[in-house]
Amino acid sequence: MKKSILIPPAAWLIVFFVVPLVVVFAYSFFERGTYGEIIYTFSFDNYIRAIDPLYLSTLWRSIRLSLIATGISLLFGYPLAWYIASRGEQAKKILLVLLLVPFWTNFLVRTYAWIFILRTEGLMNSVLMGVGLTTSPIEILFTEIAVVIGLVYTYLPFMVLPIYVSVEKLDHRLIDAARDLGATSRQIFRNITLPLTRAGVISGCILVFVPCLGAYITPDLLGGAKSLMMGNLIQMQFLAARDWPFGAALSFLVMGIVLLLLYASARAQESEAK
Amino acid sequence: MTSRIALYLNAWLVYGFIYAPILILVVFSFNQERINAVWTGFTVDWYLKLFSDGDILAALMNSLMIGIPSTLIATVLGTMAAIGMHKYVFKGKRLFESILFLPIVIPEIVMAVSLLTFYVWIQLQLGTVSVILAHVTFNISFVFVIVAARLSDMDDRLEDAARDLGATGWQTFRHVIFPLISPGIIAGALLAFTISWDDFLIAFFTAGVGSTTLPMKVYSMIKFGVSPEINAVSTIMILFTMILMLLAIRFEGISKTAKTIGS
Repeated sequence: MKKSILIPPAAWLIVFFVVPLVVVFAYSFFERGTYGEIIYTFSFDNYIRAIDPLYLSTLWRSIRLSLIATGISLLFGYPLAWYIASRGEQAKKILLVLLLVPFWTNFLVRTYAWIFILRTEGLMNSVLMGVGLTTSPIEILFTEIAVVIGLVYTYLPFMVLPIYVSVEKLDHRLIDAARDLGATSRQIFRNITLPLTRAGVISGCILVFVPCLGAYITPDLLGGAKSLMMGNLIQMQFLAARDWPFGAALSFLVMGIVLLLLYASARAQESEAK
Repeated sequence: MTSRIALYLNAWLVYGFIYAPILILVVFSFNQERINAVWTGFTVDWYLKLFSDGDILAALMNSLMIGIPSTLIATVLGTMAAIGMHKYVFKGKRLFESILFLPIVIPEIVMAVSLLTFYVWIQLQLGTVSVILAHVTFNISFVFVIVAARLSDMDDRLEDAARDLGATGWQTFRHVIFPLISPGIIAGALLAFTISWDDFLIAFFTAGVGSTTLPMKVYSMIKFGVSPEINAVSTIMILFTMILMLLAIRFEGISKTAKTIGS
C-alpha cells in the first residue's frame, strides 16, 4: 500500500466538494439577468445587497434564535452531562444511547412530531382545553417560539456530548480538595468546575449554534412567514426567485460566520491545551 | 443534596422532552380519528393504506436505490482516506484533514446549493445519480471519522510484526489491519446508510423529476397537512433508523460514537 490510497477519496472530495464551493463562491460575484440567467460580470453588489436592512433583519433573526436555542441547550444540557457522568458505567452507557438514538431518527419526522403537538387542533391544545386550563387554543405553531423549540429539540444532544466528555476527564479530587478546604458550592463551580469544563462548553455551543444558523427545515415547517431564517432565504433565491448569485452571496455570508466561529473555537481549544 | 435532586429532575425533564414527542407520534399512528388529536380507538388502517400507496412505495425504492450505492462507495473511499491518513505523513496533510471534516461542519444548505450550482454548471441531469454523488460526498467524512477512531486504537506493532514475518502489504492489510478495523467499517457503513436514508435537504436540491426520496415524499405530505398516514410512515422510519443505529452502536460501542461526535 502506498500514499496513492489517498488519491481516490481526495479526488472525489476535490471534484464534488471543493470545486462546487469554489463555483458557488464565484457565482456570488456574478449578476442575475432578467430571466434568471447568469451574467458573468464581477461585482460586490450581491454582498452589498445582502446587508440591506431587509435581508439583514433575517440574518439578525437567525443569529438571535440560534443564540436563544444555544442558551437553552446549555442551561439543560450542562446539568444533564453532569448527571450522566456521575452515574455508574452501565447506567452511563444506557443514558448515552438514550440520548443518541432519537437524534438519529429522521429530522423531518422529529419536526413533524412538534407540528402534531403544537398546532391549533393539536395535542397540546386538546389537553389544555380538555382539562379547562384555557378556553381557546394557544397559537404557538408558526411562531418563533415553535422554531426555538424545534431547534433545541434537534440539537440538544450536540451540547451534552462534548460537555460530558470534558466532565469525564475532570479530576474529581480537585473538587473534593476544594470542599475540604472550605469552598462553597458556588465557589467550586466558578473556580474549578466551570474553567475545567470550558472546552466542552465551547465545543457544545459551537456544535449547536452552527447548525441552528443554517437551519432550513425547522423554520420552514415550524415557523411562519415572520420567522424566516437564513436557510429559508437562501432556498428561496435558488428555488423560487432564481437569483442564484444573490443566493450564493447569502450562503457565503453564513459560511463566513460559521468558519470564523470554528476558527475561533479551535484557537480557544489550542490555547487551553497549552 | 438538593443539587443532586435537581440534577436528577433535570435529567428526567430532558429525557421526557426528547422522548415524549416521538412516543406521541407513534401512539397516534394507531388512532382511528383522522383530524383531531383525540383518541377514538385502535386501528392499523393507516399502515395498510401506506402499503397500497404507489407514490410512497416508489419513494421508498428511490431511497434504497440511492442509499445502497452511495453507502458502498462512501465506505470504500472513507476507509481509504482513514488508512492513508493514519499511515502516512505528507505535505498538506492538515489541509486535507480539514477538507475531510468540513462536509460535517458546514451548514447543510450551503452544501446543497453548491452541489446544485455545480451540477447545473457541468450540465449534469438532476436525478438519482446526482443524489448518489451528493450523498457519497458527505458520507465519506462520516465513514472517515468512525474508521479513523478505530485505527487510532489499533496497536501499530501488529502491523510491524506481520511485515517482519514476511507478509506483503496486501497480506498485512487483508489478514491484520482489515479484521481489526472491520467493526469500524461496518459501523461507518451503517451510519452512512442512515444519513443517506434520513437526508432531506441535499436530496431536495439535487434530485430530479422521478427521483423523489422517502423524506422528500414525507415533506410534501407534511406541507399538505397533518394526517395519520404521516404518523404511520414516520413510525416506520423511526423504527428502521433505530434498528440501524443500535446495530452500529453494537459494533463500535457507544463511548466511541459519543467521543467521535464530542471531539
